[in-house]
Amino acid sequence: MIRAVIVMNTQGKPRLVRFYEFQPPEKQKELIRSIYGVLSSRADNLSNFVQTDAMFGEDTRLVYKHLATMYFVFVFDSSENELAMLDLIQVFVETLERCFKNVCELDLVFNFVKLHTILDEIIFAGQVVETSSEEVMKAVDEIARLEKSTNPISIVTKSVAGRLGR
Amino acid sequence: MGSQGGWGQSKEFLDLVKSIGEARSKAEEDRIVLREIETLKRRIAEPDVTRRKMKEYIVRLVYVEMLGHDASFGYIHAVKMTHDDNVVHKRTGYLAVTLFLNENHDLIILIVNTIQKDLKSDNYLVVSAALTAVCKLINEETIPAVLPQVVELLGHPKEAVRKKAVMALHRFYQRSPASVSHLLLHFRKRLCDGDPGVMGAALCPIFDLITADVNSYKDLVVSFVSILKQVVERRLPKSYEYHQMPAPFLQVKLLKILALLGSADKQASGHMYAVLGEIFRKCEMSSNIGNAVLYECICCVSSIQPNTKLLDAATEATSKFLKSDSHNLKYMGIDALGRLIKINPDIAEDHQLAVIDCLEDSDDTLKRKTFELLYKMTKSTNVEVIVDRMINYMISISDKHYKTEIASRCVELAEQFAPSNQWFIQTMNKIFEHAGDVVNVKVAHNLIRLIAEGFGEDDDGADSQLRSSAVDSYLHILSEPKLPSIFLQVICWVLGEYGTADGKYSASFIIGKICDVAEAHTNDSTVKAYAITSIMKVCAFEIAAGRKVEMLPECQSLIDELLASHSTDLQQRAYELQALSCLDSHVIQHVMPPDASCEDVEVDKTLSFLDDFVQKAFEKGAQPYVPESERSGVYDISSFRNQYQQEQSGHGLRFEAYELPKSLPPTNIPTILHPLPSTDVVPVFEPSHSRPTHQTSSGVDVSSDVGVKLRLDGVQRKWGRPTELSSSSTSGSATESAANGFSQSDGWKNAASHPRDFSSDKRNPPPVEVSTEKQRLAASLFGSSASKSEKKPPSTRSSSRASNANSVKPTSATLPTEPPKEKGSASTPPPPDLLDLGESFPSSPPSEDPFKQLEGLIGPDTAPTINPPLTATIPNTANIISSYSEATSPDLGTDFISQFTKTSHGAHGISSAKKGPNSREALEKDAVVRHVGVTPTGNNPNLFRDLLS
Repeated sequence: MIRAVIVMNTQGKPRLVRFYEFQPPEKQKELIRSIYGVLSSRADNLSNFVQTDAMFGEDTRLVYKHLATMYFVFVFDSSENELAMLDLIQVFVETLERCFKNVCELDLVFNFVKLHTILDEIIFAGQVVETSSEEVMKAVDEIARLEKSTNPISIVTKSVAGRLGR
Repeated sequence: MGSQGGWGQSKEFLDLVKSIGEARSKAEEDRIVLREIETLKRRIAEPDVTRRKMKEYIVRLVYVEMLGHDASFGYIHAVKMTHDDNVVHKRTGYLAVTLFLNENHDLIILIVNTIQKDLKSDNYLVVSAALTAVCKLINEETIPAVLPQVVELLGHPKEAVRKKAVMALHRFYQRSPASVSHLLLHFRKRLCDGDPGVMGAALCPIFDLITADVNSYKDLVVSFVSILKQVVERRLPKSYEYHQMPAPFLQVKLLKILALLGSADKQASGHMYAVLGEIFRKCEMSSNIGNAVLYECICCVSSIQPNTKLLDAATEATSKFLKSDSHNLKYMGIDALGRLIKINPDIAEDHQLAVIDCLEDSDDTLKRKTFELLYKMTKSTNVEVIVDRMINYMISISDKHYKTEIASRCVELAEQFAPSNQWFIQTMNKIFEHAGDVVNVKVAHNLIRLIAEGFGEDDDGADSQLRSSAVDSYLHILSEPKLPSIFLQVICWVLGEYGTADGKYSASFIIGKICDVAEAHTNDSTVKAYAITSIMKVCAFEIAAGRKVEMLPECQSLIDELLASHSTDLQQRAYELQALSCLDSHVIQHVMPPDASCEDVEVDKTLSFLDDFVQKAFEKGAQPYVPESERSGVYDISSFRNQYQQEQSGHGLRFEAYELPKSLPPTNIPTILHPLPSTDVVPVFEPSHSRPTHQTSSGVDVSSDVGVKLRLDGVQRKWGRPTELSSSSTSGSATESAANGFSQSDGWKNAASHPRDFSSDKRNPPPVEVSTEKQRLAASLFGSSASKSEKKPPSTRSSSRASNANSVKPTSATLPTEPPKEKGSASTPPPPDLLDLGESFPSSPPSEDPFKQLEGLIGPDTAPTINPPLTATIPNTANIISSYSEATSPDLGTDFISQFTKTSHGAHGISSAKKGPNSREALEKDAVVRHVGVTPTGNNPNLFRDLLS
């Protein structure tokens, strides 16, 4: 089971935080800080895995990917495969790339609701439900379309909608 | 920045994000966020907030909480937003509540109704959002409220919704298995879903179910294998390919499941060999995901019944991992190696140097993984090197959690494989010195016990040498500035017991040292208690030997201080010491016999020594004692006893009502006469010797003070004489052999001063200059000469010990139960290529959509509407039954199934496990049953309905 998905920048500021088992805000903050502490001290050429028994309990580990100014972190237990999780991050990032074109930190900051929507299509209740970024995009686009049609005054503004339409 | 107005958020929010992004310090950020919180509090409370505004506020609340600040004041508004009719608002509301609330929050009750309604919505977006909330927010009590709707959604036309419904049901199972135990069949049904995505989703709960109970799912082995086969053969739609791999995530999940099902099950494993071989053949090392599948395949191969061909393939893949430059792959390789050596320890030898490279790598993750591997492959031949390495690493890290783990592993290995007692004591000293505050108290007690008991009765000389060397090393260590409390306790105990035993040190010297310890740790009353008792022992031994004890001034001041201590325990000890020092040598020999810490104390449970006293009391007209059972008279005896025991043991709160007053002699008068042990009140830290003195008073209630004194009962005994303790007999034999292997002549005092050199020096007599440092390390780790070509099993030490150690290792329990000689037969099972997997699909040739076939598996009555009478009755009966007995399987539906599987598939699992491979008849029968049960032939519809009712 996946315990948490965290996206933060290289200064440790969280951009997307999703815990699949409830953690109170203070605890979340503490966990994010300790994860950041570990990640920021790791050189680039090392493995993408870190054992997190101390933070998330027995037998948990995290996989992270350092892309530009961001860390993408998935925390999970022994029922998942490390390398596969690394590719799941890849799927997530690919989807973001499709969604935002040349995705950058600002996109993530201002669209974190959308990030949640995307993430919900990939991971549901801590389990992987979809691994094809194409399928995820289809679903997300359809959601955007339906939301728009049921809601004439859309909050999805033209520029974003235009991007999605492409 | 102006262009960002187009992101759909208000200017305010953009400004907030921007200013937080530009904040220079944590404090500044906090200030900004707090200001934002104030603003939001004000705005939200305003009347007539438009819904659109409110949505934005809630998004801002989510943002604030993501930064770690409390936004609970706005939770209620998020809950309200879920009631909104507008899909966008509703979804935002659901997103916010799933992020804000946990399943036991008070506000949940306000959402359940909305969720119920939304699950029935015909807009699938609303349903999806509600299902997300279901997973996060529905607790055990509210599961029944939404369960029917969720089950209904399993048949939803949208596959995205079906997937989520499966996950929701899975979540319910995780929360409370009992609540959905009658619905587990639905997971099986979903395996046959027309959409591979839904099938994949169903694998998640199935994986959990199989983890909990393997045997009920053995019948699915063939199905899983055929699914995997189809996946591998690229029969899934193209959209499931990822980086040229066919549905790799599905493969990983299936392999995990097969690993569980095939573990220690020869027949199930037999079905898998072919497809596993195919994966090995087809997998490419070039892509990351290919390696993920490959790794999972190795795990599966090492978990199921061994097959030589597959093992070779797995070993080859592992060595490729280890040789890779990527740290990720090395990590996986080390992990895979750890699994493979359980089957064949020799595999590790080919990779000695790779392992050592990983051990010295700068990547901490890799290092830890490698230590894990070393831990798994420790035996008595390499324990010294490995533990030495582990301790050095332990000293170098600061992460407390990991330090604890590695310390306990060191202790475990040392206790299990120690080649000599001296080495054991030295190792323990090192561990205590550097990680004493994190090791278990039991470890200290084991160490004390070892020193006290030595090798056994037959070798007193060795014992006393061991002790005096322990005393030497402790006196040496005491000069270190900061020692953990637990280690000081051990030191005090040993000094008190054996400090003066060999006559090398004078009593006053030892007492002085102990006093120093007590003075340096004024705040630690446990250490002080150990110290004062140790002083008492040293004094007692002196007096018993007929020498006069001069009380040092510092010792006297310590005693004086403790006499006035606030701790009654310390006080008592001090008074005892004072009283003891006035006794003559004859008495003292009885009270505190030297070196008697291992003697059993006889407890006179009948208190016969009081007989005289009682007799006299009778003569003076005292009432005889009335046993409590008679005393209780008209009371219900059992309830009275319960109450009495509660009072005695717990001193806790009583939860039952007091009984009504009766006109009987008050029951508690006898309890006053009852000699209440004083030890009940005082927590006594008893290092063995004060025990006899207490015995007179505490004879009645021995159990009450067990909790606080040295508890050696039940502690696994690894050393010295074999005892009747519950420890496994094998460990005893191992340590005995280890102890025998120890040669007394090793000048161990020498080693004591250079503790770290000791092990490696002794193990590795510096070999020829040619071999590098690494090779030497490899040799000592892997127990063979470093040359790679030599494939002999570890042989540096007596091989008998090695094999002995092997049989003792705890991991051996998880080894495939097959003894080596059976390996031949394991290699002969059906040659993979000949195994006909097609047999599970006899009815139709492979069609275009493989999942149509699977769909067919559930037969004509899949749709829930077709057999309403059946589904309607089952829940009812289930309810009735479950209300009768919760302990037994509460549900008829599963009973049906389990019976069915027991009679058919359960049989093969058990019988084949017992009888071995040649029960051909059973196999055939099983094949038939399997055929009928899983494949729709149409000949036997009744049976079939049972399976999937």
